[in-house]
This record gives sequence, C-alpha cells and structure tokens, in this order.
Amino acid sequence: MIKIDKLDIKKAHEGLVNGDFSAVDLAKACIKNIEEKDKDINAYLEVYDDVIKQAEYADKKIKNKDNITELTGIPIALKDNILNEGKTVSAASKILENYKATYDATVVKKLKDAGAVFIGRTNMDEFGMGSSTENSAFGVVKNPYDTNRVAGGSSGGPAAAVAISSALGSFGSDTGSSVRLPASFCGLVGLKPTYGAVSRYGLIAFGSSLEQIGPMGKTVGDVEILFNTTSGYDKMDSVSLPEDFYSKHKKKEKLIIGVPTHFMKEGIDEDVLENFNQSVEKLKSLGYEVKEITLPNIKYSLSVYYIVMPAEASANLARFDGVRYGLHKDGDSVIEDYFETRESGFGTEVKRRIVLGTHVLSSGYYDAYYNKANIVRNLIKSDFDNAFRNVDVILTPTSPTPAFKIGEKKDPLSMYLSDIFTVQANLTGMPALSVPSGSVVRDGKELPVGLQIIAPLLRENILFEIGKRFSGENN
Amino acid sequence: MEIDDKEIEKLANLARIKLSSSEKKGLGKDIESILEYVSEIQKVSSPVSDKKPDSSELINVMREDGQPHESGLYTEKILSEVPQREGDYVKVKKIL
Repeated sequence: MIKIDKLDIKKAHEGLVNGDFSAVDLAKACIKNIEEKDKDINAYLEVYDDVIKQAEYADKKIKNKDNITELTGIPIALKDNILNEGKTVSAASKILENYKATYDATVVKKLKDAGAVFIGRTNMDEFGMGSSTENSAFGVVKNPYDTNRVAGGSSGGPAAAVAISSALGSFGSDTGSSVRLPASFCGLVGLKPTYGAVSRYGLIAFGSSLEQIGPMGKTVGDVEILFNTTSGYDKMDSVSLPEDFYSKHKKKEKLIIGVPTHFMKEGIDEDVLENFNQSVEKLKSLGYEVKEITLPNIKYSLSVYYIVMPAEASANLARFDGVRYGLHKDGDSVIEDYFETRESGFGTEVKRRIVLGTHVLSSGYYDAYYNKANIVRNLIKSDFDNAFRNVDVILTPTSPTPAFKIGEKKDPLSMYLSDIFTVQANLTGMPALSVPSGSVVRDGKELPVGLQIIAPLLRENILFEIGKRFSGENN
Repeated sequence: MEIDDKEIEKLANLARIKLSSSEKKGLGKDIESILEYVSEIQKVSSPVSDKKPDSSELINVMREDGQPHESGLYTEKILSEVPQREGDYVKVKKIL
C-alpha cells in the first residue's frame, strides 16, 4: 500500500505519470484511511460508490497520455454544498437530506475535465453557518490532532478529510472564515479567493455577496494548482470576473508586509500571538520589509458581517419551501406547508440567522442595521485600499485561538468571535490565504496554528509567492 | 433593545418558520445579545452616514434573450426532485 500521508498533489502527480503507482492505488489508500480513521472523525457524509471507477478512468487517461493535468487521478473531497450531478448534496441539513444534484457546479465540472477523482462529500455546519461543524445535522467533525476538539468550520469535513490523508486536496466554501479557519485548525493551507475569481454556480447559496468556493491542501503549491484549475470567468455566475481583470500586474522586486498590531490587542490567545510574532520575524529574516499599519474601522467588521450575512441568508434560504425540492412536511394549507417544512428541516443556528436576518431587513430597522452596515462595509473597504497603497499584503493570525473543545462555545456570540480576523476578506472581496505557522500545546497535544496573508483583489499570485517562501516550498 | 416573544413570533411569521415556545425563548435572548453587539456600528460617523451606500460600482449584468434550450430537456431531471408531482406539474394544495 502506498504511503499517501507522505504525498502531496505534486508528488502524487509525478508518481502517477512515472508509473510508480496508479490512480486506483491512490483511491484505495484513501478509502482504507477512511475505513480506519473516519469513524472517530466523521469527516464524510458519503463516500461515493464509484470512486474506483473514476480512478480507473483516470488511469486510462494517464496510460493513453490523453489530456493529463496535474489533477488527473488525484483524490479530492468536496464540501456537501457543492453540486455534483446525480449525487446527494445536503448542505448537512435535514431539509436537503435526500436531494440529488440536477447539475454540476462549475468547479466540479472543471475538476472532472481535469480528471480528478472525487472521494466523497464531506461534513460541514448546516448551510455553512458556523465555525466548528457543531451545527451539522449529521454530527460534529472531530479534529484529527485531538478528537476532543473541533476541526473548525464551516468546512470542517473537507479539512479533516485531507488531514487524515483520505484525499490530497479538498474544496470548501468561505463566507466568513469557512475555508481558512478549518485549514488552520487542521494544519493545512486554505485559500479564500478574490470574490468573483471562482464561479459560485452550483454552490448552495448562503451569503451571496460574501462567499467563494476555495481549496485546501497540504502545501501552498497544491492549493495554487487547485485554484488555477477552478478559477476563471463563468457566464453562469453574474459576478464572475472577466479574464481581462487579471491584468498583468508588474512584479515588484521587494514586497512590503503590513501588520495591524492595533487590532491584536484583545481577545487573542497569548500563545497564538507569540506564534504570530515569530511568523512576522521569520518573514523579516526572509528579506521582507514589515510596516505597521492602521485600519481605523476594522474593529467594526464582525458587527457588519453579522448584519449583512444573516440578511443575505434569510433571503437565500427563502427558497426552501418544500415545493420544488428537498423535504416536504404537510400542513393544513399551502402556507402551513412552508411553516411545517421549515420547522422540521432547519436546525437551530439556521433558524437563528434567518430570524436575525429578517429583523435587520424589516421595516423600521433596515436603515439602522442593514443600510448602516453597508456604509461601514464601504469604510472598511477604503481602509484596506488605503493600506494597500503602502504595503503589498497584510498579515494577521487566521484564528484568535487554536482549535477549541467540542461544546466549549455554547453562546452563539462567542462562536462568532472566532471569525474576528477572517470576515474582512469576505466583506471586501480580497483574497486571503491561511498557511500553517507552527503549533501550540494544549492538554499535552500539539494543535496547529495558521498565519493569514491578505492581498489586494486578484493578487492571489502574491499570496502564493509569500506563502511558499514562508513554508519553505520550492516553486 | 428587547426582543420579546411577540417580536420573535412576528419575525418567525415573516420568515415562514414555526418555532416551539422553548425555541422562541432561546432565540429571543440570543438575538438580543447579538443585536446589542452589532449595534456598535451606530457609533460610526461617516460623511454619508444617513445616505444609502454608493452603488456606482455595482452594475447589473444582463444578457439578451437568446435561443432557449430544447423544450423538455431537463424536465424529468428537475421534476424528479419535486416532493409532490402530478405528471409534469408540481403539485400544491388548493390556493383559492
């Protein structure tokens, strides 16, 4: 059996092309790891029954040298909110428990064209609403580094799937932290792409002005491959950015890094802060200039996010009515059917956000909350624009704490605070990468910590460049 | 601000969600504390504070009406997900 835990996408690709092993060998190694480890982790909601068939098809392509890409034969896990035609996609919700996707998400189509092998659909917070996967209707995902702790959320399943070597890469969606936070909790690299860089077509909608599908992997180089394969203009997503937006930026000789120290005074774990400071020193020693920056309105970002996001969620989730797809519960009338269906179909956090969103959008409160939040959102955007006149990237920790214990954050507000450093990239559309930056010890266990690098719109290339140098990867 | 049972009921009604009485209590308390937290944005003063955000950067993406796909091409695929159907129709209770 091949040692898949020692492989990343680049090495696996070389092995496949050189004939050291086959895509079927890789797929079998993944399935074996799921059988051995996933009963303790709960990363998968379903392992597809055609994994070997997909791998055989990839092997045939490799043998015939037929359109081989770096992802041909590579095992990939999908978050359970990305449509894969003919397969169940439930968003980890009772309301979609038996829903079968009627079409492929653009990301899935691109991965199929590239010859990737889908291992299965993975667990998440219901509809992406959470930072720990404790809100899944199908049980929490446990952290492979300490099973008493969460894997992070909402894409906890995709992160844990790669961490237990049951896939070499995975795709989640990131509305406020949902790719970066679980990546940091599970010792992986995770990317929230520029808004509009990756098509949202076929992603079950939650916060439409915020969310992007984003990849996770073991190395920055792998995440770059996954991003390059899935990004690009798509006429099926009206906010998709035309290719010419990726204009040729001049490559700068010396990149300058900005650090908003003023934003890291409160609510951050001491060891995480120490780890962050070490990361900054490391980047200095690699030759980067580090500058102090001020983002005057950044302190309001979590508040803005927790107004805009539920507002959008309440509108998006209105589509679940028990009429066109998903769960149906009978009431006394058409309208009673809606009430009954949504009552039994949605979990508590989903109901909480729908009701909150309905409140901030309702007559009398709309200006005070929703409109004001959009005004402050624009102020935060201009803070970042101003900062990026002087620096090329901005650094923060990905999360203020390492992975927390299951059940530790019972009060919703304390859970929301996990997103304190990540929501800015969603509010402004900017790309952000989380890279592993070491670990802290809790209860005798080493827990991974992540460093977040934020770049201006469409400058994923700078993130990859700095991320690789920070991680000591060769290009 | 206080979010009492009556307010939660009103919102749940607008959102077409039925809530049990224990859910109502819990949600009221949670939403109160979330609103208290997010209300800090009221303190932000900005030159455009009482105006709608500048939407000049946002443009509608439209397309011309074009050739539709062949009729019935996706009908079965889509209708197979409908909870209640009658032939090629979505079945709902009497409305009028």
